[in-house]
Amino acid sequence: MSFTELLIPAVTVIVILWGLKSGTDIFAEFIAGAKENLTVCMELLPTLIALITAVGMFTASGASELMTNACSGTLMRLGFPPECLPLALIRPVSGSGALAVYESVLSHCGPDSLAGKAASVMIGSTETTFYTIAVYYGAVGIKKTRHTVPAAIIGDITGFVVSVITVGILL
Amino acid sequence: MMKYIFGLLIILSAAASLITGNGLTEAILNEPVRAVELCIYLCGGMCFWGGLMRIAESSGLTEKISSVLGMVLGKLFPGLDKNGRAFRAICMNVTANLLGLGNAATPAGIEAVKEMAKEEGAGDTATPSMIIFTVLNTASLTLIPSTAISLRIKYGSTAPAEIIPAIWITSAVSLTAALTAAILMNRGKKK
Repeated sequence: MSFTELLIPAVTVIVILWGLKSGTDIFAEFIAGAKENLTVCMELLPTLIALITAVGMFTASGASELMTNACSGTLMRLGFPPECLPLALIRPVSGSGALAVYESVLSHCGPDSLAGKAASVMIGSTETTFYTIAVYYGAVGIKKTRHTVPAAIIGDITGFVVSVITVGILL
Repeated sequence: MMKYIFGLLIILSAAASLITGNGLTEAILNEPVRAVELCIYLCGGMCFWGGLMRIAESSGLTEKISSVLGMVLGKLFPGLDKNGRAFRAICMNVTANLLGLGNAATPAGIEAVKEMAKEEGAGDTATPSMIIFTVLNTASLTLIPSTAISLRIKYGSTAPAEIIPAIWITSAVSLTAALTAAILMNRGKKK
C-alpha cells in the first residue's frame, strides 16, 4: 500500500484513538458533527443546482469549447491543459462554481487524464480568494485592502501554473 | 458578483447554441438532476468527515495541533502578542483549514480579524498582520482534499488519492509566492 492510500485511514484511526483516550463520547460527537455538515450540504444544493445547470448549458451549447479552442494554441504551447482554463477563471470567485466546472472536467476528460489530474490539483490547492477577502475584511469594515488582492492573486496564478508542473513531474 | 457569472454563463450559452446549433433543452432539464445527484454523492463523505473532525475538536486534538502550529505561525506575525486572543484565533483558523473544517475555520477567522483590528487599531485600513492572515486563507492549506478525492472515485479514477502530494507541493509553493509578495510589497510601501 502506498503512502497516499494509508493517509485517510491513518487520520481516521488517530482521531478515534485520541477521542477514546481523552474520554470523549466519540459516537455522540460524530453524530453531532455529521448532522452539522448535513445542513451545510443541504444549504449547498440550491447553489449547486444554479451553477451546475449554468455550467452544463455552457458546455452543451459549445460555448466552453469555443472559448478553450480560441485560447488552446497559446495554452498548449505553455503546457497548460485548455480544459482547465474555465476552472482557473471561476476558482477565485466561486467555490460552488469551481466545483461545477471541476465535475464537468472529470466527466468529459476522465479523472486520470492530464486535464483531470491538473484540475484535481488546482481545486485542491487554491481557494475562493475574493470571497475569503470579502468575508474577513467585511467583518471588520476594512476598506483599504492595500496589497492583499495583488499578493493573493500572485498566489493563485502560481497555484494554477505549479499544478500543471507537479502533475507532470509526480503523476 | 454571482448574478453576473450566472447570467453571463446562460446568455453566452444561448448565443453559442445559435452559432453551433447545439440544443440546450436537454442540459436545462438534466443538469439540475445531476446537481442533486452530485450533492447527495458528496453528502456522505462530507458528513463522515464532519463527524470525525468534530471528535478531533471536542477531544482536544485540534487544540493540540493548533499550539504546535503556533510555533511556526509566530514568525509570520511579528506584530502580534503570541499569547493574545488574535494570535490564538489565527492558530485555530489555520488548524481548521488544514483539517478541512470549513464550519470552524470561518468563525475563527472572523474572530482573528476582529481581534487584530482591536490589537493593532486598524480603522478602515488593513494592517500587515491582517494581510498575511488573509493571504494564508486565500491559499488553500488542506491536508486531505476529501471533495476532490470523492469526485475522482465517482468518475472511476484508478488511484483517486495519488493527487495528494502534488496538492501539498502546489499549495506550499503558491502560499510561499503569495506570502513573499505580501511581505515584499509591505516593505516597499514603508520606504
